[in-house]
Amino acid sequence: MSDLSDQKVKELELQANSIRISIIEMLVEAGSGHTAGPLGMADIFTALYFHILKHDPKKPDWAERDRLVLSNGHICPVYYSTLAHAGYFPVKELLTLRKFGTRLQGHPHREYLPIVETSSGPLGAGLSQAVGMAIADRMDKGVSSDRFIYALTSDGEHDEGNTWEAVLMAGKEKLHNLIAIMDRNNIQIDGFTEDIMPLESVRAKYEAFNWHVIEIDGHDMREIVDAVEQAKAIFEKPKMIIAHTIPGKGVKEFERKYEWHGKPPNKEEAAMALKELRTLGGKIRSEHE
Amino acid sequence: MLSQTAKLNTKIFDKDVEQAPIRKGFGEGLLIAGKADEQVVALCADLTESTKMDLFAKEFPKRFIEVGVAEQNLVTVASGMAAMGKIPFVSSYAMFSPGRNWEQIRTTITYNDRPVKIVGSHAGISVGPDGGTHQAIEDIALMRVMPRMVVLSPCDAIEAKKATIAAAKNGTPVYLRLAREKTPIITTEDTPFEIGKAQIFFAPEKKAQVGIIATGALVARALNVAHSLSDKGIAVKVVNLATIKPLDTEAVLNLAKEAGAIVTVEEHQIAGGMGSAVAECLAKWLPTPQEFIGVHDQFGQSGTMDELISHYHMDEKAIEEAVKSVLQRKK
Repeated sequence: MSDLSDQKVKELELQANSIRISIIEMLVEAGSGHTAGPLGMADIFTALYFHILKHDPKKPDWAERDRLVLSNGHICPVYYSTLAHAGYFPVKELLTLRKFGTRLQGHPHREYLPIVETSSGPLGAGLSQAVGMAIADRMDKGVSSDRFIYALTSDGEHDEGNTWEAVLMAGKEKLHNLIAIMDRNNIQIDGFTEDIMPLESVRAKYEAFNWHVIEIDGHDMREIVDAVEQAKAIFEKPKMIIAHTIPGKGVKEFERKYEWHGKPPNKEEAAMALKELRTLGGKIRSEHE
Repeated sequence: MLSQTAKLNTKIFDKDVEQAPIRKGFGEGLLIAGKADEQVVALCADLTESTKMDLFAKEFPKRFIEVGVAEQNLVTVASGMAAMGKIPFVSSYAMFSPGRNWEQIRTTITYNDRPVKIVGSHAGISVGPDGGTHQAIEDIALMRVMPRMVVLSPCDAIEAKKATIAAAKNGTPVYLRLAREKTPIITTEDTPFEIGKAQIFFAPEKKAQVGIIATGALVARALNVAHSLSDKGIAVKVVNLATIKPLDTEAVLNLAKEAGAIVTVEEHQIAGGMGSAVAECLAKWLPTPQEFIGVHDQFGQSGTMDELISHYHMDEKAIEEAVKSVLQRKK
């Protein structure tokens, strides 16, 4: 069990709620973009940037920082919102998302926003970049490196061959410093993942490739933190945390509907969503409680 | 006659001129680059010996990564290593890298601005008996269209060695195009090499009537043509274009100004290749009659290097015809 206090859990949940509010605000202002994935991953991003990651918003290029590769770049509203709330740039800049001249490109681009570790958007290439980072980290720091490489992937991008090339290689290289997290929300653009291209049993697949697999409720702060702690303690294997998430989490109207994968809320929908998020009073309860 | 400043191999026109595969020079250059900078690492997609990465792998086993037959992973893993400060060289056959993994190179290397060096070995039709599936004659076009990508196409093994060493130091994404078969050694250790600089290899005593711009292994054949035409009273100047991008526009325009007619020579599709890069420059600044030696919108087939180079009209005979043809078009 994690040593997170009830107070800390509440703080993180409140923070995730603020990040969700910003996601809705920026998407409605942008008029395009993805809604379901960013809302579904808000708890994990919050746990990472407000508790787990070794990072310093005042020194974004700190060499000893943990690295985080966002492979499915289309969920960048949650990435941008989290970075802003963590202090990397002003929260009001979030309203420039997708607009001409913005640092917050429709998909992350490090030429415009160098604090993102990689540019991403085309799916399936993030895990292998994280594998390269983990290999380079081990070359420089040896096996006792306490700098971890986090790769955030989607379930849908496991349709891509490049993803499996990386899974195969990470197993071969026994990359203990690589912690991948899969957003297992069961949706992709054309429908539910198990209808489009079934992935199950995805746990058995990873285990067969010599990964250590942990499954969690991706909205439970304690489970997220515990999973990463466990992952850090496992040597000789790369780690995959399959995070079961609810797409659109936090706004009842959007939850579990693949139709919300790739569109933003209109003004009315945004007003409804913001009202719901704001009246929760900071209390986001896990579906499993 | 051969340019004095280029300090070329004086035996280039002898029948028994020394020959070596261009890829061999890459292997030697990579070892030198690896010794000079410990950040240099090498990754290969199951072709370590034939792409000549084996020298490096043997000397620096901990800095060599075997990726297996997975070219998309090859370049993306390299991008991740570059993000951590490494200078990765990745090798495979040009048909597979950059042939198969173009989008990964675009997004994770050039768009991402990572200094990964993509080594496309066995490029061109001269790879021969393996047949059309293995003959990369589109790779220059694929790579030169990418912002930030430097495209190098050395003419012999010695120049390939220098290009490799220079690529390790230049700080940008690089595509290095290599050929499989033995071809004549044109340059010497003393021949100057600089990324972005074209060089005059053959200059007639009088003003040139036609300028040839050649790249890769076909430079030797272009020199043969210039040499034999000089005996027939046709003055041809030959420029070796080892850097296709960024294009040395000054050298191209100077040649066009002097000769008033250009022939480009490359073992690649005419569409989008080095000749196209030259034409883009000339069309804007100094419209000049130009003939293109290259593959005319076809795929290759099995055969020996000489059979294929001749069949697809890239041999001395074809180059000479192109020189005569462009001479006729001059105003």
